[in-house]
Amino acid sequence: MLGYDATSIMAILPEILLLLTGVLVLVYEPLWNKETQRRNAGWLTFGGLLATIVISLLFARPGAPQEVFGGMVRFDWLGFAFKMFFIFAAAMTTLFFMDHEKLGSRGQAYLLLLAATIGMNLMASAADLVMLYLAIETTSIPLYVLAGFMKDSDESTEAGFKYLLFGAMTSAVMLYGFSLLFGFTGTTDLYALMGALTAGQLPAGTAFGLIFLVTVGLGFKVALFPFHFWAPDVYQGAPTPVAAFLSTASKAAGFAVFARLFMVAFSSMEFSAIWVNFLAILAAVTMTVGNLIALGQKDVKRLLAYSSVAHAGYAMIGLVAFSELGIQSVVFYLIAYIFTNLAAFGAVAAFERVTGTTEIAAFAGLSRRASSLALVLLAAFLSLAGMPPFGGFVAKVFVFAAAVKSGLIWLAIVGVLNSIIGVYYYLTFLKVVYLYRSEDEDKPLPVPSPYLMALVVLSIGVILLGTVFAPWFGLSGNAAIALF
Amino acid sequence: MAFPVLSAIVFLPAIAGIIILMIPEERKTEVRVTALAAATFALLLSIFVYVSYDVAAGGYQFIEEYSWLPSLGISLKLGVDGISTPLILLTGVVMFTGVLISWGIDDRPREFFAFLFILASGVFGVFASLDLFMLFFFYEIAVFPMYLLIAIWGWVKTREYAAMKLTLYLFVGSVVALVGALAMYWESGLGTFDMLALQHANFSPEFQRLWFPFVFMGFAVLGGIFPVHNWSPDGHVAAPTAVSMFHAGVLMKLGAFAALRVGIMLLPEGAKYHMKWVILLALVNVVYGAFIAMVQTDFKYVIGFSSVSHMGLVMMGFATLTEKGLIGASVQMFSHGVMTALFFAAVGMVYDRAHTREIPKLGGMAKPLPLVAFGFIVGGLVSMGMPGFSGFVAEFPIFMGVWEVKPWIAIVASISIVITASYIMLVIRRVFFGEMPAEFEGHIGPIRVLDKIAILFLVSLMMLLGLFPSVMLPMVQSGVQGVLSLLGGA
Repeated sequence: MLGYDATSIMAILPEILLLLTGVLVLVYEPLWNKETQRRNAGWLTFGGLLATIVISLLFARPGAPQEVFGGMVRFDWLGFAFKMFFIFAAAMTTLFFMDHEKLGSRGQAYLLLLAATIGMNLMASAADLVMLYLAIETTSIPLYVLAGFMKDSDESTEAGFKYLLFGAMTSAVMLYGFSLLFGFTGTTDLYALMGALTAGQLPAGTAFGLIFLVTVGLGFKVALFPFHFWAPDVYQGAPTPVAAFLSTASKAAGFAVFARLFMVAFSSMEFSAIWVNFLAILAAVTMTVGNLIALGQKDVKRLLAYSSVAHAGYAMIGLVAFSELGIQSVVFYLIAYIFTNLAAFGAVAAFERVTGTTEIAAFAGLSRRASSLALVLLAAFLSLAGMPPFGGFVAKVFVFAAAVKSGLIWLAIVGVLNSIIGVYYYLTFLKVVYLYRSEDEDKPLPVPSPYLMALVVLSIGVILLGTVFAPWFGLSGNAAIALF
Repeated sequence: MAFPVLSAIVFLPAIAGIIILMIPEERKTEVRVTALAAATFALLLSIFVYVSYDVAAGGYQFIEEYSWLPSLGISLKLGVDGISTPLILLTGVVMFTGVLISWGIDDRPREFFAFLFILASGVFGVFASLDLFMLFFFYEIAVFPMYLLIAIWGWVKTREYAAMKLTLYLFVGSVVALVGALAMYWESGLGTFDMLALQHANFSPEFQRLWFPFVFMGFAVLGGIFPVHNWSPDGHVAAPTAVSMFHAGVLMKLGAFAALRVGIMLLPEGAKYHMKWVILLALVNVVYGAFIAMVQTDFKYVIGFSSVSHMGLVMMGFATLTEKGLIGASVQMFSHGVMTALFFAAVGMVYDRAHTREIPKLGGMAKPLPLVAFGFIVGGLVSMGMPGFSGFVAEFPIFMGVWEVKPWIAIVASISIVITASYIMLVIRRVFFGEMPAEFEGHIGPIRVLDKIAILFLVSLMMLLGLFPSVMLPMVQSGVQGVLSLLGGA
């Protein structure tokens, strides 16, 4: 099985190209002198990421699901769709990196970003527990470094260290869960696990224990209650573009693993009965806790952190619907969320570059100061709040529709009530942007061209997702079918 | 199908809004002219739809259908019947006059008109949608710009509070209705959001009785039904003039209309079962709203509460589920929309000049502002249900319908006519006649030409409908027949 035929190469073509980009950055970065280096390394990374998307879309689209490399990696639409959006998110993040004072001038930042993206790609396509664990670590370690990248900032250092401690602990717990899975079944292959766990010799308590241990690790990745405590501190302390990447791609990668692991390996009757209820309760609590704490935040990055906790809860609704439509809606939700949250964090980063603060009060008068930036924030925050014609509205409707279809009406109602809380604090922020006056109104707030480019692309994406949603929904459907 | 006139109406304002956003900020005149051009065009299109609706044929006309998400049965299906056609016209009228009145807005007019037009697109969309998903989509679009419009350009004292209150109330209502709509979608098993198909889904009576309150009340929040009405006076008062006009004139109809379309028409059994208490809630609206209006000292709050009272009549007409009641309620939606738009325009013009809305402080405004006084008096006559004006054409059938169902409710409700007359007379006498306080002497400038056009336009519409009810009644009747056939010949 360990043949290196064309399909195997196709399956990991995006990763190969990413690695190539990384090597190029590493080689060329020292040759550029200090003045011009910063943008060049960024554009090279951006170009590489873009080329990866184009080439993969043209030549490496998956056909029927297929396992390659001895069952380590599965080549299917679920993995592929997620990969494309991870790479897209990385490309947008690169644009945000370029004009960041601390990140843009260092080639290592781009390299770490690429490494994390490779890890995420493998997370989405891994079909074996060993591969999965390696992928998760490959993703996490560069992100720990990026979160603590600003060495001279105490907050950034704290963020990096906190993220590392939390991450190491939860991944150890998850690894313990993996080892038990292997111990009970004798296999690490996810699809073989499905058969082995269907036999049903495991007592319910043990099954729950296994599910719990695995959820600890993945719950940390997606910031699910009660494993969300790192998120606000890390988002606040980390450089804003890094926080953007953490809150979108990294969270989506966690969900990709959730989907594959739970919908495949844990899909037997006994198991699904346990985890559906367990995760449904976690989803309800996550939404509520995230939204309630977000209400009192004074810093927009912390606000977005708690909102991202809440969004993990909404997305989880689709997963516990335990149906094809459910997975389809999760994938759609994550796509919409990636676009929306990148736009929100990007606009915040553009603001922070000039003003040096992310306190909500500092955003007063922004609509008079930089009306285009204010409009991007308007689109992003309304999309997060679930208002049409933005992507967030359709995404929420699909997730709730999946829940109602599966009979989880109570969860849909909890979600609906939560989205009302959400509307309150998102609008409160927009009120500051649009309504309040400030003395700095006349000071210019230049937005560098890479930022402008990314924000325009993301805003258009957010609107397209909310109006012309059929193609995206079709894509999500392709991804969902791969699991059934 | 030659020209897709409904999609033109629905999307024209949004496209205009985007174009307006692209005009450089400092070119305010260009912004205004573009806005007026778009509004005029939308008005002409809506007049075209109204005039060319074939009353004899009835049913849904101008149907357009574009597949949007086939796998879930979502399509962009537009069409109008005898009930929604007048409302399309109403939206066109209010949008046009709203732009005329807002000519003087000087703080970020670009954003103001853009948000207003996006809102207008949502409103047109709800009235024209025949697809449940799209109806929600447009409904939400019609709600959120309201927040910004009130919070940014509203009355400084209460705008933040009122805007947030309004948005949260409406959002709660719409998401509650959304859960009901999703339940309908899965229960029907048809795999489509097409409302014409869902009308024949044969939901079981138990299902209908369970979900009707969610759907109906969810939308009725926007219709201002008691006890979830109290966002509305606060919202009306805090909003800038054009937004008050839109809000009371059109948005509240949106709630009532959606409650009819989705609540009564899709769940008729539920409607029959629950209407006993809905009619009582509406009665509270009618009488209580009128009483509260009477004791207000703020000119604009008077109008705000009178809207609550008049929208109660709409709900009451619906709740009768009889032909007369439904016809009256549908005409009332149009008549009240035009009337309230006129009221708020008049209030705005007085406030812009006197800088106060306290009734005891005002007086003698008829002398410097004769046309405003004239407009307000006509509006007052409509509001009292005076024969010869549109209010009579609307309210008379409602009371007849209510009498058929429960005579005592009609008797109690008729108290409101007396009270309405008393507070309208009071306002007219105090604000427009009597001594003008010395401080205003020489400070009350004339109104703009554009304002005059707006007032005369609204006044002539109400008189036209009052004197020639036949321009609207047959159309509405054909629409009501469609509702009655779903109710099983009630």
